[in-house]
Amino acid sequence: MSTKPMIRMPMIRMTGVDKHFGDLHVLRDINLEVEAGQVVVVLGPSGSGKSTLCRAINRLEPIDSGEIAIDGELLPAEGKALAGLRADVGMVFQSFNLFAHKTILENVTLAPMKVRGTKKADAEKAGLALLERVGIANQKDKYPAQLSGGQQQRVAIARALAMKPKVMLFDEPTSALDPEMVNEVLDVMTTLAADGMTMLVVTHEMGFARRAANRVLFMADGEIVEDATPETFFTSPTTDRAKDFLGKILTH
Amino acid sequence: MDALIAEFPRFVGGFLGTLRLCLFAAIGALILGTVLAAFRVSPVPPLRFVGQAWVTVFRNSPLVVTLFIFAFGLPQVGIVFPTFGGNAFFWPGVAGLICYTAAFVCEAVRSGINSVPPGQAEAARAVGLTFQQTLGTVVLPQAFRTVVPPLGSVIIAMIKNSAIVGAFGVTGELFSVDAGNTALGYSALSSLTGVAIAYLVITIPAGIALGVIERKIEVKR
Repeated sequence: MSTKPMIRMPMIRMTGVDKHFGDLHVLRDINLEVEAGQVVVVLGPSGSGKSTLCRAINRLEPIDSGEIAIDGELLPAEGKALAGLRADVGMVFQSFNLFAHKTILENVTLAPMKVRGTKKADAEKAGLALLERVGIANQKDKYPAQLSGGQQQRVAIARALAMKPKVMLFDEPTSALDPEMVNEVLDVMTTLAADGMTMLVVTHEMGFARRAANRVLFMADGEIVEDATPETFFTSPTTDRAKDFLGKILTH
Repeated sequence: MDALIAEFPRFVGGFLGTLRLCLFAAIGALILGTVLAAFRVSPVPPLRFVGQAWVTVFRNSPLVVTLFIFAFGLPQVGIVFPTFGGNAFFWPGVAGLICYTAAFVCEAVRSGINSVPPGQAEAARAVGLTFQQTLGTVVLPQAFRTVVPPLGSVIIAMIKNSAIVGAFGVTGELFSVDAGNTALGYSALSSLTGVAIAYLVITIPAGIALGVIERKIEVKR
């Protein structure tokens, strides 16, 4: 989208990634490259492995075999190096997971202060600007439980952005929201996509996929079975499983 | 009640002695127990083993035996505690109480850690916090909220357990006041009643203070 680097280095690279949950083979030989600035939407029926794929990228789910690299850097196994890499990868969860004992502003300033060593005054200034951007600045002194789901999720996006991440991962960010709150979150995500953020979004929101994505991945049974532009995927899917899936969700 | 009235200064001395003993032991047990709980949930297997082993040993052996080992067993192998105001049994008593009570504190704190939704720790790790930072800034502060009532019970039990330290000779400890009184010819019943009342003077306000703390930290949720 924006400026292309001289040497083509994918922002996310997954090579031969496999993962099992007991007998269940959740990720089967996943090979994926996501360019900087690309917005990738991952679709698929439940249990297809799309959430696991998303969580594997910052090693919230360890993988059995294969390689994952962020901006050319291989994912470290554990410890400080992994924490350092996670700091560059923003993550937004289905259930928000805001720190329940911290105020809204503290939620956004905690990681910059603890991880990046940013001074409190600077972190608060940057945090307020981010809260302003997602439209929650007037709630900064409240606790997460006092906010609606949509507001909490927008704070969660601001919290991730406060680390100035290279990539943003969204794991079903609107699935736990009441219908009337879905759009306020999608609007923030659409703006983010337009600003050139590299994003991988697991979602069921077809409208968002059409509007904001450069690329759609369709997963089934732990495999990426289609990889196409939204236009191609929604108008002429090639596999039966994708046709079946689209048939089920686009009829109503 | 005659013993309590006539020997009041001795009771006050014993009361202060017990308070001092329990203060050191409670602070030590809370710190050590929290560290042990952190060990038990840590990703490092040797640390998990230490935490597990500590709880298994100290939770399952009688306190009297533990205290006697600290007071009489360890000096035989050359581990001698310093005296406290001329009293050789004070620090062994404190150390024994800490080791024993820490096992229970550890399990209470660990149950608190388990009560924090896993998403909290996941979110903390996802923004780049290390294991220690995740535990210290996100998980433990939330865990302590649910852990105040059981932790209170553990500390009150410890205050009462401290009487055993008096029984083997920390003079100036509350329970040891009784031995002195009976030697002076006061009836055991009146003297022990005085001792019991003095313990209540410590434990009941402790319980009330815990209730206050519980309400204070609950407001924010």
